[in-house]
Amino acid sequence: MYVAVKGGEAAIANAHRLLADRRRGDRSVPALRLDQIVEQLALGVDRVMSEGSLYDRELAALAIVQARGDMIEAIFLVRAYRTTLPRFGYTRAIDTGTMLVERRVSATYKDLPGGQLLGPTFDYTHRLLDPELAVGGDVAEPLRRESEAEAMPRVSAILAREGLIEPDGELPQDHVPGDITREPLEFPMARDIRLQALSRGDEGFLLALGYSTQRGYARNHPFVGEVRIGEVELELDVPELPFAVPLGSIRVTECQMVNQFKGSAKAPPQFTRGYGLVFGQSERKAMAMALCDRALRASELGEDVVAAAQDEEFVISHSDNVQATGFVEHLKLPHYVDFQAELDLVRRMRAEHEARENAGKAEEKREAAE
Amino acid sequence: MRGREAREQAERKAVMATLAQSSGDDIVRLWNEAGLPSEAELLRGPETGLVTVRGRIGGGGAPFNVGEATVTRATVRLASGQVGHCYALGRDREKARLAAIADALWQDPARRGEVEAKIVAPLQVALVEARDKRRAETAATKVDFFTMVRGED
Repeated sequence: MYVAVKGGEAAIANAHRLLADRRRGDRSVPALRLDQIVEQLALGVDRVMSEGSLYDRELAALAIVQARGDMIEAIFLVRAYRTTLPRFGYTRAIDTGTMLVERRVSATYKDLPGGQLLGPTFDYTHRLLDPELAVGGDVAEPLRRESEAEAMPRVSAILAREGLIEPDGELPQDHVPGDITREPLEFPMARDIRLQALSRGDEGFLLALGYSTQRGYARNHPFVGEVRIGEVELELDVPELPFAVPLGSIRVTECQMVNQFKGSAKAPPQFTRGYGLVFGQSERKAMAMALCDRALRASELGEDVVAAAQDEEFVISHSDNVQATGFVEHLKLPHYVDFQAELDLVRRMRAEHEARENAGKAEEKREAAE
Repeated sequence: MRGREAREQAERKAVMATLAQSSGDDIVRLWNEAGLPSEAELLRGPETGLVTVRGRIGGGGAPFNVGEATVTRATVRLASGQVGHCYALGRDREKARLAAIADALWQDPARRGEVEAKIVAPLQVALVEARDKRRAETAATKVDFFTMVRGED
């Protein structure tokens, strides 16, 4: 017999009220404003936009406050919000070659057109905690250097001239870009769909997988051909206008990973490539994405699939932290009936086990007595 | 004729780009100073939705979907008949409404000069300034390599 049980309504309401209180914290401390988060926790905001797969700084900041700084919870909130909005269309593909660059470095070429621009980077800092920040001292304005606006072609275009590197990834002319927000995942998948999944994938998961490829699991000696961060303009084709309508700019991070490749039955020795493109400023994520993209091209390039990072179904099925947290965290929800059934089952199995044991012992005794 | 039409379309697109790039606060402030009509018949919106941003594999290869962005759009009609549109990133409805009115007024040859001078030009100046500042700040972080000569010979 199963008796339905209701309850917990008051407890849930009170828990949510308590959550709101704890979220606000000590009332004598001023409440955070969204613009403070957007301006001063900008990279956290960028992570929520990238993995929430929604470019909107204020919404990401709101999600961070509401989630008390729990990034995956904030990403979850943003994902939920975006399902409530209608979709106006697909933008024209952005051109990262015309980016208003804020940082651009290459580990493969010292002197490249446009130069090495360090931008606002943590690189070369000493990672010493700065007590000045705790007391909120004044910060100096950045220096400026007037210079001619210089074209900054992607490094891949420079390497391509020698023919030693594969071209940008092409798909058949009539291929319509897949969209994981519209169609369920199917394996094996085309590279465009994989990249969409990776771009919203969990930074930690992709970082660990990328790291694993460097440590020898699906080894593919990589170089950062280029990382660039900056703003690109968006344009949308709409029926009411005879031209693509300009929407404004977004900041993205792009990584061109260049990998050694000794050649296979399918392709000659050359440099192959992995690609990363994410919302906001996040070169760790873009680099990890590019490493995973390259590893996942194993079958395409005729490599043996021997490591986790090369296993498309494994990587893509587990890269989404909203799905992952949903399935892991559901375990804490009431499973009383499930568990009751399991308990009965284990009791029965235990009784049968003991009965068998006792029967065995009795048999031994009988044999000994004989 | 074709050439003129194409030029006019390019100009209109540039105006829409300037409005889309600018902040809602700046547009409202300039609008109030300009004393342009701020009412028009709303044919659609202002309403917020999503666009899916596309990138290209390897930077220049086949397109793929990166993620979504919020966009607010509005369509208005002036009493004189011109229909104006705006699509702009973000969720600023008043910005979208005013930008659509600006687009409609711009199409009226009698108002174009005023819209250009009082709204578009100052916004454009601010955008170029911000862009130049950003570029100069980035340029200051450019690495100048030099060679160290060691030893006597």
